[in-house]
Amino acid sequence: MLGALTLLLVFQLIGEVLAQLFALSIPGPVIGMALLFVALALRGGPSPELRDTAQNLLQHLSLLFVPAGVGIMLHFRRVGDEWLPLAASLVGSTVITIAVTALVLGALSRRAETAGK
Amino acid sequence: MPAPAQLAEIWVYLSASPLLGLTITLLAYQGAYWLYKRAHFHPLANPVLLAVAALVLLLQLTGTPYPTYFDGAQFVHFLLGPATVALAIPLYTQLPKLRAMAGPLLAALVVGSLTATVSAVAIGKLFGASQATLLSLAPKSVTTPIAMGIAERIGGLPSLTAVLVITTGILGAVSARFIYQALGIADHAVRGFAIGVASHGIGTARAFQVSEQAGAFSGLAMGLNALVTALLVPLLLPLLQRWIQ
Repeated sequence: MLGALTLLLVFQLIGEVLAQLFALSIPGPVIGMALLFVALALRGGPSPELRDTAQNLLQHLSLLFVPAGVGIMLHFRRVGDEWLPLAASLVGSTVITIAVTALVLGALSRRAETAGK
Repeated sequence: MPAPAQLAEIWVYLSASPLLGLTITLLAYQGAYWLYKRAHFHPLANPVLLAVAALVLLLQLTGTPYPTYFDGAQFVHFLLGPATVALAIPLYTQLPKLRAMAGPLLAALVVGSLTATVSAVAIGKLFGASQATLLSLAPKSVTTPIAMGIAERIGGLPSLTAVLVITTGILGAVSARFIYQALGIADHAVRGFAIGVASHGIGTARAFQVSEQAGAFSGLAMGLNALVTALLVPLLLPLLQRWIQ
């Protein structure tokens, strides 16, 4: 647990340092994820300890968004003033994005499958 | 029974320490999760939504300012970083399927990322949102820290973007099942990927509750969309700016 958590933090740290060093617009944790993925592919998979820790951490991923969500308190006024455009944009765009992405991926992967056969 | 003055003293002490913010966050989430479980993981009983609503209500009732709360809650917030890194592990287990679908995934990613940004700004504009709000909406489909970074760079309000990102995540987690049912999409890899592009980590959390494959593809989509959106939105900015003025 401790070793695995340290490993995750080390990869995050490497990601943050690279992001700062090269002034990348990609966040450090995402770079850390990409690097860890490459490391796992080279090494042939995670240790059971790392697998368990990741599972524990990801099982309650939703919890980690709660503090930022409570930040809505800071924007009651703007949200009150602009509730209609905000609601329309968020609902509309989220539904459209899910539908478009799923349809494009579904169609393309079906085509790739038939082509491969 | 302690005197009211004593209770007030305890309250003053507790409200100044990070312990309270952290504890109520965990309690609210566990209460919300219990309800979510009781509702057989129905998407409408989203635990982020329930926990945030309970906490906002509590903070409003006790007159606690957000920064005081965040002093404690930041310890939970901090774990977003290592959790993002940890997404590499489920992703690795999907490596064979990932290889087989690489081309379609990349194409769907770029289309999805553009759709998310353009449709959010277009609909907002159509309904008369202000310029700062429109710029805060543009990166709403990517994970919180990067969305805040993009908003700052293009002239939006980062803290508003954080809220819009969370709301988008909840909306995706709540609606995805119904969209897939309507469109007849059954493949868990496709379902996971689409919710990850549209609804980042909250969508991913929801996808993991459906299946490990959906979760892994959602995590992949969330990570890749963070990269693509961070590159695309600044490029789209001149176009967006001309459009929203």
